[in-house]
This record gives sequence, structure tokens and C-alpha cells, in this order.
Amino acid sequence: MKKMTINGIVAQVEDHWTVLEACRFYGIDVPTLCHHDGLSPGGICRLCVVEIGKGERTKLVTSCNYPVEAGLVVRTHSERVIRDRKMLVELLLARCPSSKTLQDLAAKLGVQRVRFKVKDEKCILCGLCVRMCDEQMGAKAIGFAGRGKERRVTPPFDIKSEVCRNCGACMYICPVCQLRCQGPEPPSVVCGACLNVEPVCLQDNDDVMCYLDSCGWCYKVKKGVEK
Amino acid sequence: MNRRKIKSLQDLENLRQEILVKRDPQKTRVSICAGTGCLALGARKVITSFKEELKKQGLEDTVEIRETGCPGFCEKGTIVVIYPEGIYYLQVQPGDVPEIVEKTLVEKKIAERLLYTDPVTNEKAIHEDEIPFYKNQMRLLIGDNIKIDPKNIEDYIALGGYSALAKVLSKMSPGEVIEEVKRANLRGRGGGGFPAGRKWETTRNAPGEPKYVIVNCDEGDPGAFMDRALMEGNPHSVIEGLIIGAYAIGSHEGFIYVREEYPLAVENTSIALEQAREYGLLGRDIMGSGFDFDVTIFRGAGAFVSGESSALMSSLEGKVGAPQPKYVHTSVKGLWNKPTNLNNVETWANVPLIINKGADWFTSIGTEGSKGAKIFSLVGKVNNTGLVEVPMGITLREIIYNIGGGVLANKKFKAVQTGGPSGGCIPESFIDTAVDFDELTKLGSMMGSGGMIVMDEDTCMVDVAKYFIDFLVDESCGRCVPCREGLERMSEILTDICEGRGTEGDIELLEELSEVMKDTSMCGLGRTAPNPVLTTIHYFREEYDAHIKEKKCPAHVCKALIEYYIDGEKCTGCLACLKACPEGAISGDKEKVHVITMEKCNRCGICYETCKFDAVIIK
Ligand SMILES: Cc1cc2nc3c(=O)[nH]c(=O)nc-3n(C[C@H](O)[C@H](O)[C@H](O)COP(=O)(O)O)c2cc1C
Ligand code: SF4
Ligand code: SF4
Ligand code: SF4
Ligand code: FES
Repeated sequence: MKKMTINGIVAQVEDHWTVLEACRFYGIDVPTLCHHDGLSPGGICRLCVVEIGKGERTKLVTSCNYPVEAGLVVRTHSERVIRDRKMLVELLLARCPSSKTLQDLAAKLGVQRVRFKVKDEKCILCGLCVRMCDEQMGAKAIGFAGRGKERRVTPPFDIKSEVCRNCGACMYICPVCQLRCQGPEPPSVVCGACLNVEPVCLQDNDDVMCYLDSCGWCYKVKKGVEK
Repeated sequence: MNRRKIKSLQDLENLRQEILVKRDPQKTRVSICAGTGCLALGARKVITSFKEELKKQGLEDTVEIRETGCPGFCEKGTIVVIYPEGIYYLQVQPGDVPEIVEKTLVEKKIAERLLYTDPVTNEKAIHEDEIPFYKNQMRLLIGDNIKIDPKNIEDYIALGGYSALAKVLSKMSPGEVIEEVKRANLRGRGGGGFPAGRKWETTRNAPGEPKYVIVNCDEGDPGAFMDRALMEGNPHSVIEGLIIGAYAIGSHEGFIYVREEYPLAVENTSIALEQAREYGLLGRDIMGSGFDFDVTIFRGAGAFVSGESSALMSSLEGKVGAPQPKYVHTSVKGLWNKPTNLNNVETWANVPLIINKGADWFTSIGTEGSKGAKIFSLVGKVNNTGLVEVPMGITLREIIYNIGGGVLANKKFKAVQTGGPSGGCIPESFIDTAVDFDELTKLGSMMGSGGMIVMDEDTCMVDVAKYFIDFLVDESCGRCVPCREGLERMSEILTDICEGRGTEGDIELLEELSEVMKDTSMCGLGRTAPNPVLTTIHYFREEYDAHIKEKKCPAHVCKALIEYYIDGEKCTGCLACLKACPEGAISGDKEKVHVITMEKCNRCGICYETCKFDAVIIK
């Protein structure tokens, strides 16, 4: 076990955990997009960034692949983190406004405008399907090809792979293919229909004023850490 | 060839003496640069001409020809130096060879017209140390290039080569070597400036065997060729440094990662490795010390991003050369998850110097935080371009004016871009800044691997930012969102600004996007990519404003924002521009004022260049 600090809470964590796992164990919601519990970390979407360190010398790391360390100080919802996550969602949304997963994330993070030219791509290159096919289906029927702007997911040589069993796992896990947002049609990029989210902690705390994501306060109250 | 293996320090010294005795120092020697730059300018033909000419004159036995590496002044190639006098001939063409042989080799006179001529004073310079370009440098690493045939290990040994290795193996413990390099405060020359000694120590102490050492000769920065010059011109200096590092770290296997586009570097390095093995300087039981170490050359795919440490290692492992999403340092878990020490070519080449001359000598050069000398690739709008090696702490002004000979065509200096494509642009107000890792970072730029591009008043800084961002768009591996999407959007916004579609808020959006990319990108490419944008906004904001608000490009570069028109007062009606215009956009009759039809003009600027009366004006 290691001891570290997450949002001011002293956390006891297992040695082999990632920071994301530690946050989740303590009920702190860190948004993720390219992460799936059953797959290796992708480190691609960068949405799971958290701020680590103290004082002037802090930096951002992706929690989904950052190993826990004794004495690590983590802030999951600092101003810098929130700003960065919003920009990342804005970038993704501009690329792929038809993803319901992205629209939900935008709503949750309060992204209400997109300042970039809107495209209508069908893939955000999160790599979930590639890792799913390789790590869970053992097929390796698809992979990434191309560099930079040209990067795309494809079977080898762009022809259907013989090892593909049509299992559909790639489609199941894809945040774009399965969940098409019915809301916006380009160019109205932000759907906003789901903006009306109920803060979950209201059920437990009558006098809470929080409309944000888990700040950890409710946890402290529930566990009697603070009163 | 079956050579006697060197078994001790004494053996090496004996061999060196033998080589020196064999060589008459008074024998006439013609060093001809056979580096990539000079070869492109026809050095091969110059060499053949020399051989033929010497044969004709019956001088084959009395004159030795040496094909050397690049001394840095490539724009003045082919470079030919006659020893022992050290007469320095520049821009030698095959046709000049008979004259050199006749005049200098036979008559012992100087062929004046092939000497360096000062463009201002018209004075001639005979020797290297009289040429301003060289005179103001400190050529610790690159200085030997013109004296050495990289394909002949004896040349390197004759100059004292491998004595540092011999010293280390016979007299120093690995810990002492690391201590010396740490005390020298040698910082990485490949970009980050990380202290090499500390990195070595981390790898040495990291659990896991085997440990690997690697030379990074990927050099993907456009216009940079310092690593190529060293690897081609003096491969043994890099190899010697690598063996010393391997000994200190406890590694028995090394790699030299050379980009595909450097065939000559690969060739010379392969020969150098083979020769080092023959002499017992590489392989089993090096110099009889019991230490085993060998090196393999790996040819990289030649992408800019594959120079990044984790990308380079996955490329070595046979995978795609893309950065890896890992937070463990490669010095702890690198190649095949084993402790791996990666250093740049130039970093390695500094090691033998430090061992031979000592950390105290090394730290006597440079500034508080940056020691030793650094090679820069000086290009752009300066009179003298090429590789320059200067002591840390020299100012940008000294490099640009004393070595570079000032801005081309007496134009006004505007900015200097340091640090490669993701470096920053430093304006005139900071031209007296000392070259130092930390000082350059403070200005929003960086040392990088040593790119230095000089820009004059005719440069549009928005266009410059767009140029570098567009380069990076193509070079980003595309794996992580902020870099891939961010760079593309930056390019989009900058293009809009340059083409007159900029809107208020663009600058702020660029700044915000930059901060997010710096914060969240996975590797150094994305994290430094915003530098050209941030520095140009910071130092040249008014230029961005002019593009966005007034739809003007003050430097007259952005075509969409300029208009050509003809000044009726000056136009003589000579028909020259009318005939030259490829678009037929100019109308007028002989001796009548000509007029440009804006709708037809594609802003090629040909009329501007053509008009002898300065009647064509850009607005
Ligand atoms: C995008 C990118 C490209 C790089 N290219 C090179 C390169 O071409 N050569 C090099 O030596 N280092 C390059 N680096 C730096 C390496 O990652 C690494 O820091 C360096 O080789 C370490 O050696 P040093 O400490 O001796 O500088 C690059 C880094 C990044 C992020
Ligand atoms: S197809 Fe879907 S799962 Fe696969 S990379 Fe694209 S967005 Fe991700
Ligand atoms: S920062 Fe750019 S180059 Fe580096 S991993 Fe991300 S996309 Fe690839
Ligand atoms: S700028 Fe080119 S196209 Fe325009 S008028 Fe001059 S010559 Fe013709
Ligand atoms: S969830 Fe961590 S980078 Fe995507």
C-alpha cells in the first residue's frame, strides 16, 4: 500500500494501481474517453489529465497510465485541468460532432461552443477498437495506419482481414459508431440537450450547493472524514 | 586485414608513435572535403581531377590526398586545404585543380583567387584562423574534421584518438567516469539539455540486465546537419565516447541510430566500427581490460518524431517509430524494457574531450548552467551559412555578425529562430542574449539540437509561424489528441490570418490552444510545437493585429494581403512588366502609364522584379 493525496484527501492505494484507479476507488470522477477497464491504457485522448505536484512545480499527467507513487499530490479538478479538458473536448467535438459520447462529455464539462471549423469525421482515433480486437478478441484484425492528419484505423492493406471473425467487438466499444447523437446537425455543433444534469450528491446532502462533478466533498461527509 | 590488437595504454601510444614516424609532417597533403555538402557541389570531381593532375605531374608519391569530413563552411564548397602550410581554398571547381597543383604544389605559391575574400574589406585570408567565419568559433569537435580521413582510423589515432578510452579502461572506475562527466556538467545536445552524467547514473543504477547505450543520429530538424557532419566526418570520436559511456554504465551492447537519409554517415560509421574491432577497441576484452562491448548500426525511418526517445526505441524494437504512452523513463525501462541510455551524437563526442582534458577544463568554458561548446547550423538571411561551433555564453549577436558576417544584402535584422521547428523566434531586442540552455528557454525558445535561422525585415512572422506549424502537422505522429487536432487547427487559424480571414479572438484562441497542447501532449513534439506561435505572438503581436484588423501584411509576404500597383509618376511605359506578367494583368501602351488589373493579378511579383524604374509598388 502507498499513501498519496487526491484533492486534499489522504488516500491509501494499492502499489500497482494507476492514478485513475486510485481516483475511481475514492469515487472521484475523472473523465476518460480512450480508456476501458478491460484494455491496456491508450494515453490518447488526454482527457484524464490530472495535475500533480505542489506549488510552482506542478505538471499534468494522464491518470490512466500514471502509476501511483507514495507521497504523490494529485488534483483532479484544478482550474488548469478543467481548462485543458474543455479544450480537448472542443477539439474532438469539432472533428466528430455526431458522437453521443462526446456530446455527453461536452455537456458534463460545460463546453458550450466550438471555435473551430466543424468537420464530420466518423472516428476520433481513440484506438479502443484496435486494442479491443487485439487484447480481448486476440485477432489483431485492425490497426492504425498513416501519420498525423492521415492517421486512420484500418485492416492491414485496407482489405478485410482474414482473421476478423465479425464479432462486432470493435463496434460495441466505439464511442462514435454505436452512439450517434441525434441532436445536432452540423454546423450547430453543440447539442446541449443533455445539459440538464442532476447533481448526484443532492440526494445525500440537502444543503449542498454543488452542481459540479465530484469534488470529493460528499465522500468526506459520507465517510465522516470531515464534518 | 589482420591487425595487431591494442592491449594497453602503452600499446596505443606505441601505435600512435609508429603512425607519426611513418608520416612525414612536411609531406604535402591535400585535404579535400568529401562531406555530403561538398559532394553535392562536385567534390568527387575535384578529387578525381587532383588524382589525375598529380599523376600527370608525377607527384603521386610526394603528395598525399586526404578525403575528409565536413568543416562546416558548406556554402563555400568544395573546400580544399593544402598542408603543412594550411592554405585554405574555397569554392574549388574541378577546373581550378591544375592551377592549384601547378601554382601551390609545384611552385609553392598561393592561388589568390581561390582564397577567402572579405566582402567588405576585400582582404584575402590564407589560413583557416584568418577567415572570420572560423576565427570567431571554438572548434573543439568539428575542428578536426578537415584533418581526418574518416575512413582511416590511423588519422584519428594520430591526433590522440582513443587515448581517453585507454585512460578510462586502465585508470578509472565506472563510478569515477560518471563523476567526471557529472562534474563537467555536460548537458544533452539533442534537445532537452538533460545532464548526461545524471542520466548515465540512473541507467547504471536501474535494476535489469542487459543495459543498452544508444547514439541518437536521427536529426530530423530541417536544415540541421551538425550530427551528420560529426558522424560522417569523425565517427571515431562518437564511438569512443560511446564506449566510455558503456563502460561507465555497465553496458555491453550499443546502437547507433542513423536516419535513412544519411547513407554516407552509415558508410563511414560502419567502416569505423570495423576498424575499431580490428584494433581491439571494440568487441571482446577491449584493450585487454576484460571489458566487452559492441555496437550495431540501425537505419531509422527518417521521421522527425522518431528522434524522440521512446519512438526511437520502439523503432529499434522493430515497431512503428511512434512515441509511447509511458511514464517510466527510458533510462530505467527503455529498449526491450531494459535500462537504456540515449544520448545525442554531439553529447557522446564531447565525452573523450572531457576525459582527456578534465572536467575543470570543460567547465571553464561557457556559462554557469551551460558548459562547453555547441555546434549550430547557421542558416537563413546571413552572409556566411554553415556549421558553427561556439562556446556557450557567446551572444546571438556575435554569432550572427562576427561569424555569420551579418544580415544578407545589408537588410535589417528581424529575428532569429533557434531550436529547430518547435523552437521560438527571438527578436532584435534580445539579440544580446547569451547562448545558454536556460536563457533561451526563458525567451520562450530553446537550444534544441542547434538550429539557427536568421530572418530579415522581409520576413512575415505570421507566415513563419505557419511554416513551422505546417511542418509539424506533417511530422506529428497523430496519436494523441492535443497534438494531432491542435496542430491542424493552429494551421487552419494561421492560414486564415495569412489569407485575410482572421477574426478578432484568433490570437487568444491560438494562445489558449498552445497552453493546452503544452500541458497535455504525450511527447515533446506536441509539448514544444506551440513555441513558434507563442513567441511570434509575444514579440510580434502588432504584425498579427495588422493581418487580422487591417488585413495588411507589413512585410509584404502574405499574397492575399498585398496589392501591386504602378506609380504613374515613375512609370515610363517601357512595356517590360506588361510583357513579363504571366497573367496578362498589365495593360498599357508604349510610353503610356501602365495599369494592373487587380482581378487578374496573382501576386507573383514578377513585375516588381522586372521594373527598372521602381514604378511597381506593393501596398
Ligand atoms: C519530436 C522530437 C524529436 C527529437 N529528435 C531528436 C533528434 O533528431 N536527435 C536527438 O539527438 N534528439 C532528438 N530528440 C531528443 C531525444 O528525445 C532525446 O532527448 C535525446 O536524444 C537525448 O540525448 P541528449 O540528452 O544527449 O540530448 C527529439 C525529441 C523530440 C520530442
Ligand atoms: S473506430 Fe471508434 S473505437 Fe475505433 S478508433 Fe475510431 S472512434 Fe475509436
Ligand atoms: S505529441 Fe504529437 S508526436 Fe507526440 S505522441 Fe502526441 S501526436 Fe504523437
Ligand atoms: S504581380 Fe505578377 S500577376 Fe500581378 S501584375 Fe505583377 S506580374 Fe502580373
Ligand atoms: S483516458 Fe487517459 S488518455 Fe484517454
